[in-house]
Amino acid sequence: MNLQTCQNDLTRILYIDLTKRSFRVEDRPDIFQDSIGGSGAAIRLLEENCPVGADPLGPENPIIFAVGPLVGLYPLASKTIAMFKSPHTGNLGESHAGGRSAVSIRMAGYGAIVITGKSEIPIFLDIDEGKVSFKDATSLWGMSSSFSVGSVLRGMTDESGFRTIMRIGRAGEKQVSYACVVTETFRHFGRLGLGAVFGSKLLKGVVVSGKRSIPVADKKAYRNVYDEIFHASTSSSVMQKYHELGTAVNVWPLNNIGGLPTRNLQSGKFEMASNLSGEHLAAHYLGRRVACAHCPVACIHLAALRIPYPHDPYFYKTIMIGYDHELIYAVGSMLGIGDTEKMLMVIDEVEIQGMDMMTTGVVLAWATEAFQRGLITTQDTGDLRPDWGNAEVYIEMIRRIVQQPNDFYRALAHGVEHAASVYGGLDYALSFGKNEMPGYHTGPACHLGYLTGARHSHLDSAGYSLDQKAAATGKTLTPNEVAEALVKEETWRQILTSLTICLFARGIYTPDVSRRALEAAGFPWNEADFDRIGKDILLRKQLFKAREGFNLLSLRLPKRIFETAAPAGSFDEAFMRQAIYKYAALIGLLPVDEE
Amino acid sequence: MAKRLSVVDVQRCVGCQSCMFACVRRFGKGGLEGSCIHVRSAGGFHQGFVVHVCRACDNPICSRVCPTDALTPREGGGVHLKPERCIGCGNCIEACPFGAITKDDERDKVIVCNYCGYCASYCPYDVIKHEEIIR
Repeated sequence: MNLQTCQNDLTRILYIDLTKRSFRVEDRPDIFQDSIGGSGAAIRLLEENCPVGADPLGPENPIIFAVGPLVGLYPLASKTIAMFKSPHTGNLGESHAGGRSAVSIRMAGYGAIVITGKSEIPIFLDIDEGKVSFKDATSLWGMSSSFSVGSVLRGMTDESGFRTIMRIGRAGEKQVSYACVVTETFRHFGRLGLGAVFGSKLLKGVVVSGKRSIPVADKKAYRNVYDEIFHASTSSSVMQKYHELGTAVNVWPLNNIGGLPTRNLQSGKFEMASNLSGEHLAAHYLGRRVACAHCPVACIHLAALRIPYPHDPYFYKTIMIGYDHELIYAVGSMLGIGDTEKMLMVIDEVEIQGMDMMTTGVVLAWATEAFQRGLITTQDTGDLRPDWGNAEVYIEMIRRIVQQPNDFYRALAHGVEHAASVYGGLDYALSFGKNEMPGYHTGPACHLGYLTGARHSHLDSAGYSLDQKAAATGKTLTPNEVAEALVKEETWRQILTSLTICLFARGIYTPDVSRRALEAAGFPWNEADFDRIGKDILLRKQLFKAREGFNLLSLRLPKRIFETAAPAGSFDEAFMRQAIYKYAALIGLLPVDEE
Repeated sequence: MAKRLSVVDVQRCVGCQSCMFACVRRFGKGGLEGSCIHVRSAGGFHQGFVVHVCRACDNPICSRVCPTDALTPREGGGVHLKPERCIGCGNCIEACPFGAITKDDERDKVIVCNYCGYCASYCPYDVIKHEEIIR
């Protein structure tokens, strides 16, 4: 069965040229027919719109946003996929965010938006259904806080409740290679430097708004499948952990098994982890819970932090700070910060600047160890002395990474792999495919996931979950078994991220439920399509990476991961290389008979 | 007794908009156009949310300013909407102090809650409740 023209507005693509200040809409059922949407549509649009060898910070690098067919129809179909060539890794840039981004893009009447070119002056885009305005943002450029930018854009645009407000902070303007794009204040296109790409185009923000209704093929079936998904997401145990404590629920159990990277992964246990646990944060700081559009789970947890002004008695400010497992790891345990409030203040500073929290934490952790080992000195740091737990110094370093006053901070602004290649210390520079590690040191599978995953994310293939199962059952997997499990998971996740389901809902959106949800709405794909399309998307992504110079077989493995004990037991480089080879063969990058 | 939708505790609202999607789904559609209940942030997500929905006034001002009697008072409070009489003038939208009446741009008619309570059954946090009006 084929997609119809303009089916449910999903197949409409908005193209915006910042250089010419022009836009056009094309109906492209061909793009969606064999890709579903989201990740699948985005990689095809990246192939079409990104020239080989493009400068990631040049006008030729496209910014692609894509959503999936279930957005606006079912709960937890709440993600937007951003794709671009990454200024951080030099190959595939793929980052996902929720907030109101996905619903707003779909309600504006588009399945994807492609932004190319470069503006002459700072601007923001105001996309209100069929109308695209290029609005002057020169006065917003250089504002010190991404929070303030958000509130100004709220005042400058309409359709409150029906819009998404994506924006960059100072880090994006200064093209820190891991600058993020913030949406709805607390959600992020966090990884791989979309913020720098915005900055390179003098694009301060993108506001998208709209409302429409979406007809479905079978009203009764639609309501039934909806209710099934809704009840599973509000009452089942599958979602309970995200619902109550948020992702911070992971901190304590992960630390207990010794899988919480601490002090630049010199340990997997943090002696002050109890101060950073989801339980502790909820009991003492949780001030509000919020949700992405169309998500009844509300995993976004905001801490309310009351801070006194040191020299002004009876003056306080109370700020709301979003926290998640990865943030707590990156600027908590990884930096040896066990004081809850200081950890929250570091999170807040990274948010103000608009940087990827995970990369920032790993960069600062490496800098601390390199400083302690004498590879860098106070001459490099500008008289700052990075030291585990010293949040004040880290906050100042974060500001300098954005300001880039000297070569050292310019190096830090390009990530840990770059900095360590200049100053030394690659053995403990914790990046994988040039992307800094997420918050799990559980065994070989998590690191293999970071290495092989198309976006070098823990969410590509969830190796941490394999490790934890292995640790719990005592059954160790062979390299080939790990590779097989990772490929299977990553292939299925291509479908979830093409439907643009939040991956936290992966337990609800089984292949059967996904197919029935699509069928009721009138979309053609079934389980057999899922398998074929999932493999195709994954291979296309890896081929794009290879096209831009990435090679799975020459990946750098930081020695530190072999030195620090992991819950699933010890592993070595030979294990990792074999598993990577197997992964490459399984996804079709290498002929299988070469094994 | 007439029922209405009460906003019981807006501080518990997480902004998921499940109520809005429910209101549209009542008619067997997805999306947000035509929802009679609206959830907006109170100036950024950190500030929490506001819920706009008809509170079923005793002497509804929207009905008094309607030039075509499309909105007539309902016994017990609130209004009945006769869409065929609505000319889309928007007087009621301007008059309602709660922002509870909006325009369906697809049909150029106003829309207002009809107190069915369908949305309340999809509020996961008991922010809104379908209950009898007590004056």
